[in-house]
Amino acid sequence: MTRSGLRSFGAYVPRLRLEREAIAAATGWASGLRGGKPNGRRSYCAWDEDSVTMAVEAARDCLVGHDRSTVSSLVFASTTHPFADRCNAGVVAEALDLNEAMHTSDAAGHQRAGVAALLEALRGVDAGNGPAVVVAAERRIARAGSEQESRFGHGAAAVLVTGGDDLAAELVGQASLRADFVDHYRGADGDYDYAYEERWVRDEGYLALVPRAIAAALERAGVATHEVAHCIVQGPQRFAQAVVKSAGLRAETVENDLHAACGDTGVAHPLLLLGGVLERAEPGALVLVAGFGQGCDVVVLRATGRRAAAGRGCSGALAGGVANREYVRFLANCGLVDVDWGMRAERDNRTAQSALWRHHRDVTAFVGGRCTRCGTVQYPRSRACVNPECRAFDTQVPERFADKVGRVKTYTEDWLAVTRSPPHVYGNVEFEGGGNAFIEFADTRPGELDVGTPVRFVFRVKDFDAVRGFHRYFWKAVPVRN
Amino acid sequence: MALGIRDKVAIVGMGCSRFGERWDCSPEDLMVEAFGEALRDAGIERDRIEAAWLGVFYQDQSVSRSGLPLSIGLKLPNVPVTRVENLCATGTEALRGAAYAVAAGAVDIALAFGVEKLKDTGFAGLPERTKGTFEDLWQPGFTPPGAFAQLGAAYAARHGHTMDDVKRAMAHVSWKSHENAAANPKAHLRNRITIDQVLSAPMVAYPLGLYDCCGVSDGAACAIVTTPEIAASLGKRDMVTIKALALAPSNGVEMGHASWDGAHTLTTRLAAGRAYLEAGITDPAAQIDLMEVHDCFSITELVVMEDLGFSAPGRAVHDVLDGRYDRGGAIPCQTDGGLKCFGHPVGASGLRMAYEIYNQLLGRAGERQLGAPALGLTHNLGGIPNRNVASVSVLGLHRG
Repeated sequence: MTRSGLRSFGAYVPRLRLEREAIAAATGWASGLRGGKPNGRRSYCAWDEDSVTMAVEAARDCLVGHDRSTVSSLVFASTTHPFADRCNAGVVAEALDLNEAMHTSDAAGHQRAGVAALLEALRGVDAGNGPAVVVAAERRIARAGSEQESRFGHGAAAVLVTGGDDLAAELVGQASLRADFVDHYRGADGDYDYAYEERWVRDEGYLALVPRAIAAALERAGVATHEVAHCIVQGPQRFAQAVVKSAGLRAETVENDLHAACGDTGVAHPLLLLGGVLERAEPGALVLVAGFGQGCDVVVLRATGRRAAAGRGCSGALAGGVANREYVRFLANCGLVDVDWGMRAERDNRTAQSALWRHHRDVTAFVGGRCTRCGTVQYPRSRACVNPECRAFDTQVPERFADKVGRVKTYTEDWLAVTRSPPHVYGNVEFEGGGNAFIEFADTRPGELDVGTPVRFVFRVKDFDAVRGFHRYFWKAVPVRN
Repeated sequence: MALGIRDKVAIVGMGCSRFGERWDCSPEDLMVEAFGEALRDAGIERDRIEAAWLGVFYQDQSVSRSGLPLSIGLKLPNVPVTRVENLCATGTEALRGAAYAVAAGAVDIALAFGVEKLKDTGFAGLPERTKGTFEDLWQPGFTPPGAFAQLGAAYAARHGHTMDDVKRAMAHVSWKSHENAAANPKAHLRNRITIDQVLSAPMVAYPLGLYDCCGVSDGAACAIVTTPEIAASLGKRDMVTIKALALAPSNGVEMGHASWDGAHTLTTRLAAGRAYLEAGITDPAAQIDLMEVHDCFSITELVVMEDLGFSAPGRAVHDVLDGRYDRGGAIPCQTDGGLKCFGHPVGASGLRMAYEIYNQLLGRAGERQLGAPALGLTHNLGGIPNRNVASVSVLGLHRG
């Protein structure tokens, strides 16, 4: 029997990156530059991104080049699922247009949830389960001027866990340790983390707990400490270094924690780092991943040298950022300032759930139709073909639009329409291979579009319904950027 | 095959309220203002009206639903009142209902009414509204200027114009309407403007600036229609008859099919073709003397000059800049100021257009009067360029 392992990896980090100097400049008067000299950037969500949309993008990236029909489960790990009682993984699986006959579930409640979900998936494949997608995404909000505000980043990572011969990394050992050690917490109704004193966290938490789990995992794997080539320890770099030293691992094996590039993406972060390691690990290299949060889960993997990322991967996700110093926009996107969006924002965005369910594949999976009589590809799918030369009834079969590319046919930058990032950019796009749609653009700045601009499509929040605490998702066009 | 209603229906009376920010007026006040003028013009008693059509778009934000607001507001003698709505073609739709009833012989005299009380909605532009349970799930949250602005970039790209040239032609469109409205005492915006003012105005939705957008107004307009024979019996000698009333709604092609280039309004072409057939017009540019088109935005007027057959494809920019559609041009357009300056109380607009044509044909347009026009056209484009309802009407003068 082949061992279980990781067949592919995908990542997503929002395009928006805030210079930490801008945070310090805006909040230094209050924080006294808590945390030392600011360096690098932190990633943050656009107004229309959340953990679900980031998870969709990471999972799409992970599944590039893979047969989606074989996926038998999807677990979505996060402490910032947008819905407390609605299967968030179900939204992700729907957006990916995966099989109906599959398992979906959310993993939540602690920072270790991503590594824990990975471990569960590896065990599941070992037990005979089919290919599993594990996706983790995090959009943690922190108080203005707090240490977390500067340290956190928003992002997502996904892995496809399978058995078989073409793995990018295979499982060689694992161990777990439980401990109700409260280095920080966030109450069920809380908006922010409450963190305890760092030195205690390091000494009584990281150093006292993590090396024990690492030793157990290495022993089970039959691996000596000096054989480990890459160590990922969830948490700040200085803690990871201390843990590696204490565990007897080589100091140079500690992975860079990406503080300068995007910040700590929480539940997603160990997986994001793992993706980075797999892009450059030598065949046979041993990789240790230690998730930390009320205990520890350690996974030891052996890289095979096969490529894990057919899409953008970790390096591509990190490279896609655009730095800015717009601290107030950052606060607004985090929901921390109450911006006046004008009277148009009073529009009632009630969602008819019955209509959404009726059209769930059209809307969430962006599936339109293809006329079997004339071949016309069209969105949305409808009872009568849109081709004026055809107009046949009930001839359309499903056609997925989400992964197509297209070009701008018409567009505008609308300064009157309500959006949380004026101007509201929308227009008609023409899909390669046929089909047209009237659609919103995301991540697009004024002056960026022209007729003919190539576009691709991303999953985003469409509208918020503040009255009922709901928000709906749809796909948006973004310019294809090199 | 039916040939339509050409010359089967005459307009014997029209009324139009002053358009604008009528803060002191209720919808009822606006209706009474327009109706009184129409009754005096027709020279009939209120109780001669046998059926009425009420056009109103934002019903919940103004007059409330059904035909009742008209019946109650005018204290009509309990005759049937049908409330109609077809986006910005609503006023023309009301006229169509009344005219068809007369042409069918169902009634002798019918009333077409349009009213809109936009300034009670609280919005500077048109109010926000939902688009339906499915459309809201995927269509952009657009505004009218943003949706019509789409024509700009696509038109420039399609015909190889620079946006600067298109913008200059758009500015001329708006400048011309302000010039015309200055001579219209009922118009909402009567100020003269300069081309530079238009070009340097704040951007609303690229490429549309503030002066590329029409007024959002309160107002009412109405028409009393009957047969030419009854009109004659009422003592009308010169009379205006309906030559054609054509309507074409989108059927999904523009939004969903590659055949639409985004640079023209498909339904305007279809409605114009039907109207010209019904009216017996073979060369619109030579036969039509004046027109009132749906200039909700300057780009719309520019583009529909081609869709209506007055300018060759891609040539409207030049024709507009050459003054072909100015008051002194070959085919004057918006002699009353159009939606741009007369204003756009949505439900009333189609009838307001007919009101200007009617007065011009009868030689009653005062300071705005053209020589001796005999054939005029009105055009509405309701909705947005990729999903809309177009109407084209032709009115003609019959000398008695």
